[in-house]
Amino acid sequence: MLAFLKKHKSLLLWLIVAGALGGRLGYIFFSGEDKSIILPGATTNGHHQIEQQCTACHTDEEKENVFTSSGVPNSACIKCHGDDLEAFSDSHPVRKFKNPENAVFTQHINALNCVECHKEHNLKITEEMGVTIPKDNCAHCHQVTLDNLESHQNLGFNTCDTAGCHNYHDNVALSPAFLRKQYGKPDHKEVQVRETGDLLARMIENGFRERDPLTASQADAPADKMTNQEHIDEWDASAHARAGINCMDCHEDSTNAPGEAWIEFPTEKTCAKCHDTETNDFYKGKHGMRLKEGLSAMTPEFARIPMHVDAAHSALSCSSCHSDHNYDREFASYQACIQCHSDEHTQNYEKSKHFKTWKSEVVHKSPTGSGVSCATCHMPTVDREGQLVVNHNQNANLTPNDKMLKDTCLQCHGAEFAMSALADESVILGNFSKEPEKRHPGVLWSANLAIEKGDEATIKMKEFLDSIKSDEEPKEYIQYEESEKNEKNEK
Amino acid sequence: MKLKKYTLSALVALFGGAAALSLSSCGEDASASAGGDFTAEQVSEALYTVLFADRKVYASKIVTRLAKEEKVIKAHEDWKEEKALLLPAQMFREGAETVDGMDKPFGFTYSLQSLWPLNMENAKKRTPAVMEGLEAVSTKGLDTYGKKWTGEEEINGQKYFVGVYPDTASAPACWTCHNDHENRKDEYPEFKKGDVMGGIVIRIPKA
Repeated sequence: MLAFLKKHKSLLLWLIVAGALGGRLGYIFFSGEDKSIILPGATTNGHHQIEQQCTACHTDEEKENVFTSSGVPNSACIKCHGDDLEAFSDSHPVRKFKNPENAVFTQHINALNCVECHKEHNLKITEEMGVTIPKDNCAHCHQVTLDNLESHQNLGFNTCDTAGCHNYHDNVALSPAFLRKQYGKPDHKEVQVRETGDLLARMIENGFRERDPLTASQADAPADKMTNQEHIDEWDASAHARAGINCMDCHEDSTNAPGEAWIEFPTEKTCAKCHDTETNDFYKGKHGMRLKEGLSAMTPEFARIPMHVDAAHSALSCSSCHSDHNYDREFASYQACIQCHSDEHTQNYEKSKHFKTWKSEVVHKSPTGSGVSCATCHMPTVDREGQLVVNHNQNANLTPNDKMLKDTCLQCHGAEFAMSALADESVILGNFSKEPEKRHPGVLWSANLAIEKGDEATIKMKEFLDSIKSDEEPKEYIQYEESEKNEKNEK
Repeated sequence: MKLKKYTLSALVALFGGAAALSLSSCGEDASASAGGDFTAEQVSEALYTVLFADRKVYASKIVTRLAKEEKVIKAHEDWKEEKALLLPAQMFREGAETVDGMDKPFGFTYSLQSLWPLNMENAKKRTPAVMEGLEAVSTKGLDTYGKKWTGEEEINGQKYFVGVYPDTASAPACWTCHNDHENRKDEYPEFKKGDVMGGIVIRIPKA
């Protein structure tokens, strides 16, 4: 054998190189976290954070049905997106197309499979929201609707979602009935204060036992761990101490061996013992989705939007925004964000009217809930089954951004104004420092339709508006016309 | 019509809240026994019984009572926005769509269809068999008016038993909404109590 190999040295070399390469690829495939070398193509903005965990999407179900399935099974998508789809009453749930009477629609687009419209690893054909079929796809099934709506006669099917009016899945933000009610609402409400929740009250309502407040002298960490007076002072002044949460509530893992119960650095799993709602939301967003998939924590170096270079390797956890012991919600609402984010929208925040309101609230010159921080819009307080919860999935209302309307914008602004702002990219980049020049026509269309049908409330509102705006400059509306479609297609 | 036999241990039909029905009956020529054989038509009949009963109860004891008689809440097409009750037809469709997403015996599906749809996208769903059934159950003057219609059809290579059962105007919410709806076409009839407004369509795949 040895003589054979000596005689065929090139073969030996080939075997060594092939073996090393195979071993390396095997390690990457089965154990390594960075799998970029074996990816068939770049993944979408929504998935690139977890692209190193192939099994997040390519589950056992796909392997078991490798010869019959059309790729990634729906169950893999539902695992992360199912709760949201249910929460906002998905307009086109897969189950709807299981009914054979809807076969007339699936002959154009096989809506039974998520991957029919959301193909991965192909950025060349990927539009917003990870959609990989042409934007005018609504035409296949909804031509008859368009034919019967006078207000929509000049609209191209490629503008259904670009106008911010309709989405395939999530139409929770807008409906004709909702828009009709928004007619005549002022751009800026007289009272601009949003609702804020009481976290402790909610937790007690959900079954947590109310505890007596604690002070520094009652801290229960082992003596050898009580070496940092700053930590003790911060905790002493914190909401945790006021709620009776002691050191060992976070720093102890009772499942560990005796003498090894102390946790030096609690993770999000510790926080989830009490803040499970917040942690589950955190896992759904880009900040926490890597942790959910068992990968290392998200760091700004993975981001596809501009971030501060010096923050590139900061691992994201609960304590990234909520400091270890003082849990300063003011810090978490704004300063925490700009530690990492450095895009144009973020950079313009301090020049905005929203920032002025936030500064005023922080120094108690204006009431709680009147200031607009980053978190006000990106982690809004939402009503869930009668309880106010801060949504820690900061991507939830960005996909698409008209989902931001009801929970945030409309707390202070009229719908026409807010929809116009959200439809104007330059206004968004400027962090709403300037007002939108052109108006979104959605509210007006719905109002006109209601007036045509004789809706008394809308007719009265129009009469009132006509009586007060004689000196006002006429509004200019965005034109979502067929010509725009052709222009875009030419591009 | 020759009907295929089905074996059944338990049938769960879910509509609205949840109505459960267990069957243990026989097929065309089988003797009654738990876990016996059933024809598609028998299964369809059983489903229709539950659907009809729940639809009637929702229309009369929920919508008519609360919205018309006691006037404590309205029923509205934009039920979410208006914080209102679902209209009876919407309740039926929500139940049908929930069933579409469930694992269930026989793979049955059901829906509400009409010769006079308000949503024209629903019109596209009516297959030739369903149109024949709707014509039969809802055309006044025909002997078949108000009676069930059964037939077969093939969709995407799969054969189905199709049952079309008359859907009758039983609550004011039904006919007032349809008669006054903005999508109503001029040629549509003015419905009144007791009129057949459409059909409950039940499909059961055949082996």
